[in-house]
Amino acid sequence: MSGLRVRFWGTRGSIPVTTSAAALRRKLIAALSRASGRQLDTPERIEAFVDGELDFAVRHTFGGNSSCVQLDHGGDEYVLCDLGSGARVFGNHVLATRNGVPGTFHVFMSHMHWDHIMGFPFFMPAYIPGNTITIYGCHAGLEEALRRQHGAPSFPVEFAQLGATVRFVRLEPDRSYELAGFRVRPKSQHHSGESYGYRFERDGRVVVYSTDSEHKLDDAAGARAFAEFFREADLVIFDAQYSLADAVTIKEDWGHSSNVVGVELCQVARARHLCMFHHEPTYDDDRIAAVLAETRRFEEITRGDHAVQVSAAWDGMEIDL
Amino acid sequence: MRLDHARFADVVVLSPVGRVDHATAEELEQGLAPHLARCATGQDHLVLDFAGVDYISSAGLRVLMLAAKRAKAQGGFLAVAAVQPTVQEILEISKFTLLLRVMPTVRDAVAAVSPAALAALERG
Repeated sequence: MSGLRVRFWGTRGSIPVTTSAAALRRKLIAALSRASGRQLDTPERIEAFVDGELDFAVRHTFGGNSSCVQLDHGGDEYVLCDLGSGARVFGNHVLATRNGVPGTFHVFMSHMHWDHIMGFPFFMPAYIPGNTITIYGCHAGLEEALRRQHGAPSFPVEFAQLGATVRFVRLEPDRSYELAGFRVRPKSQHHSGESYGYRFERDGRVVVYSTDSEHKLDDAAGARAFAEFFREADLVIFDAQYSLADAVTIKEDWGHSSNVVGVELCQVARARHLCMFHHEPTYDDDRIAAVLAETRRFEEITRGDHAVQVSAAWDGMEIDL
Repeated sequence: MRLDHARFADVVVLSPVGRVDHATAEELEQGLAPHLARCATGQDHLVLDFAGVDYISSAGLRVLMLAAKRAKAQGGFLAVAAVQPTVQEILEISKFTLLLRVMPTVRDAVAAVSPAALAALERG
């Protein structure tokens, strides 16, 4: 593979969720209603109908694992952002495809809230001797947070029993590092206990991972700093958990942002692609699809001389840059 | 930014003109401030005539949210009226239609709060 592929293993905010039985039933009813009267008598025709004619929220799901994103530059080493419950799926994928060959993993942590670390106890490569896992972050208490969730009374396996070699590397915000095949720059973000975004650059391609980040509307200097952080990025993975109205009223200071601010920052930064991330756990697939449609419309009606592609991340989505 | 105003009995109609973006939101905030101070129980009511506004950013929406919040706390009436279609879409997408009193026309807004102001408006 040439270039850079971004894989989303977990995209949900705050807590993992699953599609409810009622939502699944609604999807089936919607799909069968659309199929009514159609000649769907072969697997090929059914697949073509499902893939080509059903809306995403009917034929698919945005998924429910919490934050975990992989940056794949084609090398042998793995690069991840965050260890939410999506890390469990990623780890199982690695085991299924690696045939027991030891691997090297680099993980960049936004912060230590539970939804961003809860996948590590279920990250199978951590139990296998020969694997090396380096966990980077700007928080002083990062190692302690990950050790604390292993062992009694929270988990039956102590951190010290992990078979892999696990080491922690403290980074400083606003400094550039050459790590894991990327030039990496962390940036402090407004969130309870602070969080950090990361700007990754490699071979002229730029990905920004900026989740769990609240943007204050009266902070013009802060907005300029983020526009610079996002400057001409090929992809900005952005915390768009709330509507703007919620973010500035009942959920003010809850540490998250909105689709509207994501579009505005990407427009100013002349970023190419805004990927909404850390979806609100109370939203079902229909609601996220509606937010996506509205956000694309907002980008369209507020566009100047620069268009921003808008997408909503889903578990399993891949974006090639 | 330009902020024309007109009084009809106990209703003040303020008419911003142009874009309410990150560069002009503060001007709007400052222009609203003296009128907001009097937007209270037994004093003035405020109607923002948005017919001349063709764009509003999140910074501008914040100004409207704070204005509505202050007016409500003072027992005053504040409405946004005559919103252009693009701005209406922005209000809907941002869910600010849940925070603001948005009326189809200035006349509707005035009629909703003050018969005396409506009479004055219709007298011209």
